[in-house]
Amino acid sequence: MAELFEIDNLQIQARKEDGTPIPIVKGVSFNVKAGQVVALIGESGSGKSTISLATMAYCRPGLEFPGGEVRLHGKDILTMEPQDQRSLRGNNVAYLAQSAAATFNPAITIGEQVTEAAVLHGTLTQEEADRRAIQLYHALELPDPDLLGRRYPHQVSGGQLQRLMAAMALVSGPDLLVLDEPTTALDVTTQIEVLKAFKKVIQEEGSAAIYVTHDLAVVAQVADHIVVLYSGEIQEQGPVDQIINNPQHPYTKRLMAAVKPSPKAGMGDVHDEEHDRVVPNIEVKNMTAGYGGIVNGKPVITVLRDINVKIKNSHVVGVIGESGCGKSTLARVMAGLLPAAKGEVYLDGNRLEPDLKNRSREELQKIQFVYQMADTALNPRQVIGDILGRPLEFYRGLKGQERREEVANLLRLVELPVEFETRYPSELSGGQKQRVNMARALAANPEVMLCDEVTSALDSIVSSNVIKLLKKLRAKTGVSFVFISHDLSTVGSFADEIVVLYAGRVVEQGPVDEVLAPPYHPYTRLLISSVPELRVGWLEDTMQKREMAVGIARGVEITDTGCPFYNRCPIAIEGTCNTETAPTREPSPEHFISCHRTMEEIEDIEKNPQQILHGFEVAAPGGDKAALAAKPV
Amino acid sequence: MTDATQNNADDNDLDTTIYDELPDAPPKKRLKLSWTGKIGVAVVAFWLVIVVIGPWISPFHEADIIGDDSFMGIWTSTEGEGVHILGTDYLERDIFSRIMWGARMTIGISVLATLLAYLIGVTAGIAAAVKRGWIDMVLSRVNDAILSLPTIMLGLLIVVALGSSIPILIGTAAIIYASSVFRIARAFGQEIMVMDYVESAQARGETIWWIIFREVLPNAAMPLATDFGLRLVFVVLFISSLSFLGLGIQPPAADWGSMVRQNLEGLQYGSLAPVWPALAIASFTIAINLIVDDISAKSGGDLARKMIS
Repeated sequence: MAELFEIDNLQIQARKEDGTPIPIVKGVSFNVKAGQVVALIGESGSGKSTISLATMAYCRPGLEFPGGEVRLHGKDILTMEPQDQRSLRGNNVAYLAQSAAATFNPAITIGEQVTEAAVLHGTLTQEEADRRAIQLYHALELPDPDLLGRRYPHQVSGGQLQRLMAAMALVSGPDLLVLDEPTTALDVTTQIEVLKAFKKVIQEEGSAAIYVTHDLAVVAQVADHIVVLYSGEIQEQGPVDQIINNPQHPYTKRLMAAVKPSPKAGMGDVHDEEHDRVVPNIEVKNMTAGYGGIVNGKPVITVLRDINVKIKNSHVVGVIGESGCGKSTLARVMAGLLPAAKGEVYLDGNRLEPDLKNRSREELQKIQFVYQMADTALNPRQVIGDILGRPLEFYRGLKGQERREEVANLLRLVELPVEFETRYPSELSGGQKQRVNMARALAANPEVMLCDEVTSALDSIVSSNVIKLLKKLRAKTGVSFVFISHDLSTVGSFADEIVVLYAGRVVEQGPVDEVLAPPYHPYTRLLISSVPELRVGWLEDTMQKREMAVGIARGVEITDTGCPFYNRCPIAIEGTCNTETAPTREPSPEHFISCHRTMEEIEDIEKNPQQILHGFEVAAPGGDKAALAAKPV
Repeated sequence: MTDATQNNADDNDLDTTIYDELPDAPPKKRLKLSWTGKIGVAVVAFWLVIVVIGPWISPFHEADIIGDDSFMGIWTSTEGEGVHILGTDYLERDIFSRIMWGARMTIGISVLATLLAYLIGVTAGIAAAVKRGWIDMVLSRVNDAILSLPTIMLGLLIVVALGSSIPILIGTAAIIYASSVFRIARAFGQEIMVMDYVESAQARGETIWWIIFREVLPNAAMPLATDFGLRLVFVVLFISSLSFLGLGIQPPAADWGSMVRQNLEGLQYGSLAPVWPALAIASFTIAINLIVDDISAKSGGDLARKMIS
């Protein structure tokens, strides 16, 4: 009896200019049963995306199928006529790309785009497709399902758009759904929202799925069967319990090691107070910043309000929050890339000019900014030697042989081969480029490095390597770091202090072990609970918690009055939290929490979580109470 | 969770040598021209040689009226003079010799004019993109004004006012075509100015000149080079049009564009006289475009990256 979908000894290759083949996928075989979710896991370059495209008998230009079969219902689709393959795509096999923002056309309504494929293939009439789409919006728990189809893509959130992509793929009822890294680029909280919806809809629709990702913790939540890939070959495959609980292959173990542990107190290394060099501190006082010009002393779009942050000598401060909370803006203000509307930045007690144009070269040298995307941060037309050599020459006046030697030292410092000096950025892998990106900042011999989401775009293995490197660099150079991330576990393992930003305000701030231990600010608690654990069934357990349901369902809103977290807070007090600015409490020295609840109340709630439900029902606006009541506790 | 933490601690024991980070892209190939590109280079090189030595090796002078008849066929000969390899034109001049002489005019003037147009257009365009504000405003509006005038009319005006000489022809063509180059250079410049590596250079405290010459221009060079081929063709046609109206290159000096126009009537008599200079123009412009296509296709590197991921 043939399985629903079989990949049998699949080979895919590219060709060099002289015609010699370069194998990319080297004989991969696995099956997908009806209703089963198979995860393809591996880092970038492992061939997982190439295999996922082969499920639609498609390969990128320049690639070819020299052998192997891909069978749907026992029929090889690779040897089909092109028109048969075309009718297969979107109809029998549906593909979800990584970025929903790039998939949706901003000028066409969501409804039209979701139903387009099914209507085009003639599987459904427009009315049937519309009805089916609404049904799917309900299943995916999208807001206002009946009218959602009339909106445009920019009118919904990123997580909602990602779920709408699933609706688009499912509308014609495909046999197989292929999801290519659908949650990789998302915040932890959004990731949960999307994962939960995907899992539910896959179960309800009973369609088989192939889930492509590099994150084992995510896979543990959604997959039934795991296929581990490295360099186009299967390393290990088996049921999810077996792979997660009893991995055999060393590569699988390596992937497991790269999974981030849950953020908790004491997870980081003990901070060594001894450094080769003690750099002065940087301080931000009463700073307000935003975009769009300044009217009446306030920016038109205020992103950050009254921020006070201090980075002590040779310390690492992690800045954490979801996207849109102002993390990057804070770093840009410190670097002078965005002049603050109000407030000051002090370096070693001296006030810095808000605009970097007015700062001196020494001041610029001391604060270095590391960009998130190494791809756009490195000039593609300069070789690595020039990229690293320029700051050496510019700030430190090194030339010729001296400069060459220092470039080699920098490359060694970030654990790259010295030969990379003559290469262009496009000849490096993503992780290597990120190392060059950091080496460039180090070349200036800075006192503070502002790292903006430097690991967010990287695979789990690569990103854990980058973190290891950062720890070493910090020990060797004594540089202070401002480490921005939406990933609490990365921050928790690296930082000495954590600043939790929410909607442009600091809601909690303090030493890492204090912030990651009770009492938590409700927002910190939400972030901690959202980091996926490498455990089957974690997603279900987490969603049982009431505070998650509220926190996940709503997004960041920037408000002028009251506590910004009010609309997502499970313990909010109506009439107080939405009207008055929260007082700042200090449960222990240098640990600050901005909340209307007293620390005793918060600790009490930690001990008796059923109170969360009570608190939420008081705070929730009418519409959501009904929606929540329908769900089991 | 203890499992994962445990593994973290064990991580250093794992064999890290076997599982290197996989490369995202293969090492970039150095520029190697395909066969079409090589043909392009050969043809352009051939014409550049003719530009330099044409007048010395041509069988006749460009202005010699030596044929027995106008519109003689190919490989006909005149008593006592020699063979007309490509026949004669409407004034009984040797077409082969005139093409060799004309190369100097057509290619020389067009290349000089296009280079000058690029110098003006790219400088102003990049300056507008980098400086923004009122400089961009002024440059862009002046440019819009030039663009709004029909090129031939503007050319005629300048030439009539200042007289027709080769430097004036070059200057006129350069100013007219600089306006289109300006638009393209400004657009590319704006696109590059928002890249993180430019911001990074600004944050480093680099001067405007470093940003223009080291960060922006190298990245705009390839698309601008692609445009250069096209622009050169337009300039050849523009100079030819002026010549046809009697305001371009003055007879008896030969240029390919005017040779086509002047000999058009030969087609009625079955003469190929206008075809030869047209072929010369075509071969030169197509060859330039072959080279440009080859360079821009090879320099991408994007294709290779897409192939492997």
